[in-house]
Amino acid sequence: MLRDITLGQYYQTESVIHRLDPRVKLAGTLLYIISLFLFENIAGYVLGALFLALVIGLSHVPFKFMVRGMKAILFLLLITVGFNLFLTPGETLVRLWKLTITREGLHNAVFMALRLCYLIIGSSIMTLTTTPNHLTDGMEKGLRPLKVFRVPVHEVAMIMSIALRFIPILLEETDKIMKAQIARGADFESGNLIKRAKAMVPLLVPLFISAFRRANDLAMAMEARCYHGGEGRTKMKPLVYRRRDRLAYLCLLLYMGCKVAVGVLL
Amino acid sequence: MSIVKTKNLIYEYLRRDEEGNVEGVNRAVDDVSLQVRQGEFIAIVGHNGSGKSTLAKHVNAILQPTRGTVWVDGIDTSQEDRVWAIRQRAGMVFQNPDNQIIGQLVEEDVGFGPENLGVPTEEIWKRVEESLRAVGMYQYRSHSPNRLSGGQKQRVSIAGVLAMRPQCIVLDEPTAMLDPSGRKEVIHAVRELNSREKVTVILITHYMEEVIYADHVYVMDQGRVAMEGTPREIFSRVEELQKLRLDVPQVTLLAYELQQRGISLPQGILTTQELVKALKRQEWPGAKREDAPHTDADSVNVSAILEEAGGTQAGEEAQYGTDH
Amino acid sequence: MGLTIEHVSYVYDPDAPLPQRALEDICLTIPEGQFIGIIGHTGSGKSTLMQHLNGLVRATQGHIYFNGQDIDAKGFDKKELRSKVGLVFQYPEHQLFEVDVFSDVCFGPRNLGLPKEEVERRAREALARVGLWEELYTQSPFELSGGQKRRVAIAGVLAMQPEILILDEPTAGLDPKGRREILDQIKELQTQTNMTILLVSHSMEDVAEYVDRIIVMNHGKVIYDDVPRKVFRRYRELEEMGLGAPQVTYILRALREEGLPVDVDAITVEEAADRILQALGKEGK
Repeated sequence: MLRDITLGQYYQTESVIHRLDPRVKLAGTLLYIISLFLFENIAGYVLGALFLALVIGLSHVPFKFMVRGMKAILFLLLITVGFNLFLTPGETLVRLWKLTITREGLHNAVFMALRLCYLIIGSSIMTLTTTPNHLTDGMEKGLRPLKVFRVPVHEVAMIMSIALRFIPILLEETDKIMKAQIARGADFESGNLIKRAKAMVPLLVPLFISAFRRANDLAMAMEARCYHGGEGRTKMKPLVYRRRDRLAYLCLLLYMGCKVAVGVLL
Repeated sequence: MSIVKTKNLIYEYLRRDEEGNVEGVNRAVDDVSLQVRQGEFIAIVGHNGSGKSTLAKHVNAILQPTRGTVWVDGIDTSQEDRVWAIRQRAGMVFQNPDNQIIGQLVEEDVGFGPENLGVPTEEIWKRVEESLRAVGMYQYRSHSPNRLSGGQKQRVSIAGVLAMRPQCIVLDEPTAMLDPSGRKEVIHAVRELNSREKVTVILITHYMEEVIYADHVYVMDQGRVAMEGTPREIFSRVEELQKLRLDVPQVTLLAYELQQRGISLPQGILTTQELVKALKRQEWPGAKREDAPHTDADSVNVSAILEEAGGTQAGEEAQYGTDH
Repeated sequence: MGLTIEHVSYVYDPDAPLPQRALEDICLTIPEGQFIGIIGHTGSGKSTLMQHLNGLVRATQGHIYFNGQDIDAKGFDKKELRSKVGLVFQYPEHQLFEVDVFSDVCFGPRNLGLPKEEVERRAREALARVGLWEELYTQSPFELSGGQKRRVAIAGVLAMQPEILILDEPTAGLDPKGRREILDQIKELQTQTNMTILLVSHSMEDVAEYVDRIIVMNHGKVIYDDVPRKVFRRYRELEEMGLGAPQVTYILRALREEGLPVDVDAITVEEAADRILQALGKEGK
């Protein structure tokens, strides 16, 4: 059923990583991605892998869920590997018809692929262990300094959380309207591209109308409950750093330190 | 003291054609004066387009009168700087259960109002718990609203308003989109609110069987108050109600039908119990003597049946259906 | 002819660790010209069953025959089936999309590939059937009142000229006046054209008044399938399913319990009044 779609692929379980403050996870993911592009040596990659393995272990999320995220970017991965493999100039290793694989190309391809894999797994750990609204909260609070630059942080966070609430409702509605139009003889599946695009009109028009109606209703309901923007608002679930969050920051710094040390010394 | 008061309230809106030119003026609410006292349960019934929802939106300062005045707790709703004070005092529950829940968890939604009011965190949690308990939804506090039934969602919405500690709740057709069991749940919650939490209730509905619990009923038609009085007074005017094409509960209708056919019965019968009692006073050929003492077992049986008769009597026990 | 449903079961997502059974071994015959009410608690499987009947959902097990033909057989024309078994969803006005009322009603017959004149003739006929005035034909459907929108949407299905019309709670959310009008029009349609009607409803009073036969569903199964009078005799069992009987049934039962000799089989106000007068020895006018 459509209501069961989990957005942001959250994996429900108990773990230290799940309980961490979302700001820690956001900052951690960012730092980890930076660290991947910082230095290039084998020891650095081993270190990155070890850190990742440690976090995966702590998160209690089965590894296959992380690999699942890889499928979506498999194509991108193959292209990157291909380009690096065949288009890097250098010492020729193998010659296949008109394509040549160079030593540097092989090196680049392998490391690029590794980096991408680390990156995807690293960021999917964040989305797998944090509920979307927790993530929104984290972003709202974490990005608060941007308010100085007139970035509407609270509004963006509110929009995101409302979107998250309404996506399942609209998906269900899409399914219903689609069925209703099929019952009136509509055909969404056959014909060429133009015909199919035209066939979408009976689906999209009612869907947009419904979305606008809902938006209107919701705005009225929010105002009736005294919503007037982020000013003077308190939080039911404020984000507060705890000991484990400070420890996590420490671990992150430690990792970054090691990474830099390995990069500089080796 | 009256918590809500309207005086000669008129609301007009302009009808426009496709180019946006004014075609005419529609009067949605036409010279309505009413008073709601603290702690009362008021019902406003009428057809779609009778102006009842437009009237309701004035209480929450969502709409401003074209002419006339609306006061909430003594505050004139046309004072723009007092709008949040008005909305905190008079909360509003809307028709569509899906389009008024903001939070992704039940408890977060109930906390939304207090958050907006700037209530301190611990106090929010206290209010959320109390409000959810008041509508019997506390055990669902960490559920996603998408997985609740319609009746449950509406109870969450009621809790969301309750958490703002209003003096008055306006419910704008809260049951129109629900199935019968959902309707029963919501009406039950509303009545509890009124009797236990002493919150003033203004219930807008087109289901006549929901107004029998009210202290006072206003029947609206074409923007005006067409009838007003206690439910009993209203329901004794069956012909007028039928002329307005409002649904009269079957008991009332049956009593009316019997009266028409020459049986003498009291006016404005609202519940099965009342009708049975009244009919027992008739001459029944071949029946047990109606005033003969009944055994205890007999009366127990009857009350059990009456209770099952779908919440049509006032003494019904607190019970919520646990929906799937 | 009509529809025959043989041992139909439906399972949501059969690969899930705990597959949910939405329908279990349903057997029904729906002959021509009947007015059938389908009642059941929300989630009892009635909507899922309705969607099976015009091929929107495919049965996991069992067969459905329309005029003797298996609708899941290879080469069976589903589009044809959908025009013969019209399905009006709950809140059907949410599917309106055209710029004016008339074009929206034309959508169905146009999809059947009929010539323009025939499409328009059918649209006119359908709109007349639901009692919509001609002045409204050129209006945007979004500017109509709730009751009018609903009738346009129903006309949109009627214009396909189905032999069987399924309506999923056609009165949901309407005010009493709108409810009555729609039900009266459906009844009229049924008596005039002998169309088979399946009416999914939550109102026991409405069902008692309008239909010839009631199918009661609970937990994906058909529990009762009989004339209204007989079904409502099981009011206690119905209550256990979150349903019930019309209010008059309870009044008569209560009178009977009090020892008053009244026939308890009435299901409408008229009948109940007759029964009470009979018992009082005053046969009425």
